[in-house]
Amino acid sequence: MASLLEVKGLKAFYGQTQSLYDVGFDIPEGGITTLLGANGAGKTTTLRAICNMVRTEGAIRFAGKDVIGMATEEIVRLRIAHVPEGRGTFTTMTVDENLRIAAYTRRDKAAVAAERDRVFGYFPRLKERIQQQAGTLSGGEQQMLAIARALMLKPRLMLLDEPSFGLAPLIVVEIFRILRRINEEEKVSILLVEQNAALALDLATHAYVLETGRVVMSGPSEVVKNDENVRKSYLGY
Amino acid sequence: MEQFLQQLASGLANGAIYACVALALVMIYVSTDHLNFAQGEMAMFSTYISWQLMNWGLSFWVAFILAVVFSFIMGVIIERAILRPLHNAPVLSVVVVFIGLLAICNSVAGAIWSYLIKEFPSPFPKSSFGIAGVIGPHQLGVVMVTLIVLALLFLFFRFTPLGLAMRAAAQNPQMARLVGVRVDWMLALGWGLAAAIGAVAGIMVAHIVYLDPNMMGGILLYAFASALVGGIGNPAGAVVGGFIVGVLENMVAFTGNQIEKATGIYIIGNGEKLSVALIIVIFVLTVKPAGLFGRVVVKRV
Repeated sequence: MASLLEVKGLKAFYGQTQSLYDVGFDIPEGGITTLLGANGAGKTTTLRAICNMVRTEGAIRFAGKDVIGMATEEIVRLRIAHVPEGRGTFTTMTVDENLRIAAYTRRDKAAVAAERDRVFGYFPRLKERIQQQAGTLSGGEQQMLAIARALMLKPRLMLLDEPSFGLAPLIVVEIFRILRRINEEEKVSILLVEQNAALALDLATHAYVLETGRVVMSGPSEVVKNDENVRKSYLGY
Repeated sequence: MEQFLQQLASGLANGAIYACVALALVMIYVSTDHLNFAQGEMAMFSTYISWQLMNWGLSFWVAFILAVVFSFIMGVIIERAILRPLHNAPVLSVVVVFIGLLAICNSVAGAIWSYLIKEFPSPFPKSSFGIAGVIGPHQLGVVMVTLIVLALLFLFFRFTPLGLAMRAAAQNPQMARLVGVRVDWMLALGWGLAAAIGAVAGIMVAHIVYLDPNMMGGILLYAFASALVGGIGNPAGAVVGGFIVGVLENMVAFTGNQIEKATGIYIIGNGEKLSVALIIVIFVLTVKPAGLFGRVVVKRV
């Protein structure tokens, strides 16, 4: 499989503080890849670095194009959708407006309308709440809205930062089931950052383990899952 | 009664002007957290442009539209050229730049057009506008023009993709970037729109206060008051605040005059309008610090 996203020797800085030292990974077209690691390992920073939301050095190629140093909004326009930590919905806007804003960069109105219908197919609950202010949705619904909004960009790659954060287990299972469908039906490649390693390894085909800003291990999920250190540190058995 | 209605109408006309300038202030405030002290002087400058165009022989409305377009472009340029480099600057630096902008607009206008007070025409024909004894033709016209402008803005922000993108950029710039909105340009457009609204206010009020480089000083103060009363982060609140302040100041003076007439005791009159309006503003803010319509966003975590 061809790589959709190639990251090599990625360093990232918050002011004077360096938080990524040497991160490298490949995301295959159409696959689901997960980044695992403890708090502070640099998972979120890695996602932010891909969209140039932190100061970054190294090489990032998306679909053969060098994207390092490009403005965030221009990277997004290459169809990388980032669902940030804490969901980042526009809380004072309605569900409808949140979805419309994501289609703002697209001119193909008919395709956008079709997208919208498909998005509601995944998240029927959002359709019921279409005129509700996003800030009044439950946590799970807000996460759904954030994913739905990302889909409206018609992404080739979706970056998901802790979609399970703060949600009830049942909701998490539902969301992960939908993510798998999205990956299969929409042909969207996914890069998933997740605290819940068991869940992430079940969903993903490939996994990378980060420790203090470096990739310390990688491989197919099955292999990573059975690694003794990973089991002890992240899976707890 | 007739006097009362007259005062009410003139309050609404003034309020319409305050509403426009307050809205311009709030638009920039919600997207940058800065209050543009130069908003009034920028509007004054636009008014001079329209005056100049009329002097060259253009009709009022052509000059009006050209001046508004000019202001929009100037607003965009000012943001891109002067404020862009200050994006990460401390608040105080930005304040100083605003004050500098204020002084520059004022003195350039003075240098080009002199500080002599000029008359400014009204485009509203006496024969067909106004209701005799209640509202004058210019006052009615001002209220109408303002309401049209506000309605257009409302439709723009509510229903167009660009308006939505501007709101998104103001509310959560980082997230707006993540859906592909060019946030920097949205800020510049916001400045352009604010300058254009200010221009409308300036051109509409010039017939009442006459044209001179200091014409917007008091109005800017009222506009600040309006924005604060309405809730500085709430555009609709700023508009309502504008009308409230406009009516309030006239009612205060009117009541004062009535008392004087009835009892012969002078308590309050036209001279104290501004002070009383500001006292009421302070009172409102003491009771409701977020302003009357300062919205507390409903949030569930």
